[in-house]
Amino acid sequence: MSRDPHATAHAHDGPHEIEMPHASMRDYVIGFVLSVILTAIPFWLVMTMPLSAGATGAIIMGFAVVQIVVHMVFFLHMTPKAEGGWSLTSLIFTVIVVVIMLAGSLWVMHHLNTNMMPMPHEPTSQTASTTTGQVP
Amino acid sequence: MSAKTIAADAPVQFYDLDEHAHPEGHSTMLGFWIYLMSDCLIFAILFACYAVLGGSYAAGPAPKDLFDLKLIALNTAMLLFSSITYGFAVLQMQQGKVRGVQIWLAVTALFGLAFLGIELYEFHHLIEIGATPQRSAFLSSFFTLVGTHGLHVTFGIIWLVTLMFQLSKHGLIAANKRRVMCLSMFWHFLDVVWIGVFTFVYLMGVLR
Repeated sequence: MSRDPHATAHAHDGPHEIEMPHASMRDYVIGFVLSVILTAIPFWLVMTMPLSAGATGAIIMGFAVVQIVVHMVFFLHMTPKAEGGWSLTSLIFTVIVVVIMLAGSLWVMHHLNTNMMPMPHEPTSQTASTTTGQVP
Repeated sequence: MSAKTIAADAPVQFYDLDEHAHPEGHSTMLGFWIYLMSDCLIFAILFACYAVLGGSYAAGPAPKDLFDLKLIALNTAMLLFSSITYGFAVLQMQQGKVRGVQIWLAVTALFGLAFLGIELYEFHHLIEIGATPQRSAFLSSFFTLVGTHGLHVTFGIIWLVTLMFQLSKHGLIAANKRRVMCLSMFWHFLDVVWIGVFTFVYLMGVLR
């Protein structure tokens, strides 16, 4: 039943230098080129509007998610093995919390908005376009 | 190791008698990463606020009236350039060149300052035309979200300058290498947050 004492003793014998993610020129250049492409296309789509607003919105959201992954992999050097997997574990935990918080807030607040009784000053929102005279 | 002397019939040990080494800074990288994750939660809350309040203009200006996408594209380019120049600084550090690290850190700081300058110009312009944080819930949440990001960039630049002094005083010692890698994570993380800002606030705002 007892574990081999040698095994436990040698488990701590690893190199005592601080582990740092190894970066390479290739990683940074690939990450940069991909980021430029993934940034330029959404800006171009919104500035020239070749597609409908709905399709453009969906595409730029998709591009943002892909670009975040690109940054994580090529700039932040995220790998499943970094820090013995703890970086990825904490990232996944954070992403879960963020998704619950964002989706939950939007859901709850949307329902509050739709179920709210009409406010007395509601009609003023109709004249929004006429009262923005201070804006160029 | 003392474990070699333990006989086969020794009592079972359920705890670690020889404390293994904890080299200085061996957990700094993971700790800093966890800090960044908690920072991520701050930004998530501010994004959620903006998502909920971003449509409440209070009969005031809407994103379409306010945002100049050319300026935002320029701003995004500044931050993206600063990301790759920081990458070059890390590569120079791996080759052990202090001078190279300092030069690329300085270039990164200049791009960061350009980003901040453009952002402050934008904020100044908005406030001048009456689109202040007090104007509507949309503008309050906009200034809080984008301002918090700008504040992070400001502190990143202060850290960059501090690091350049530390490098010139002590060179590429282990502690400084660790600091360069931590700031690298911080800087690239800010760029990741900015992806969310320009997509969700500026591009989606103009689409709305």
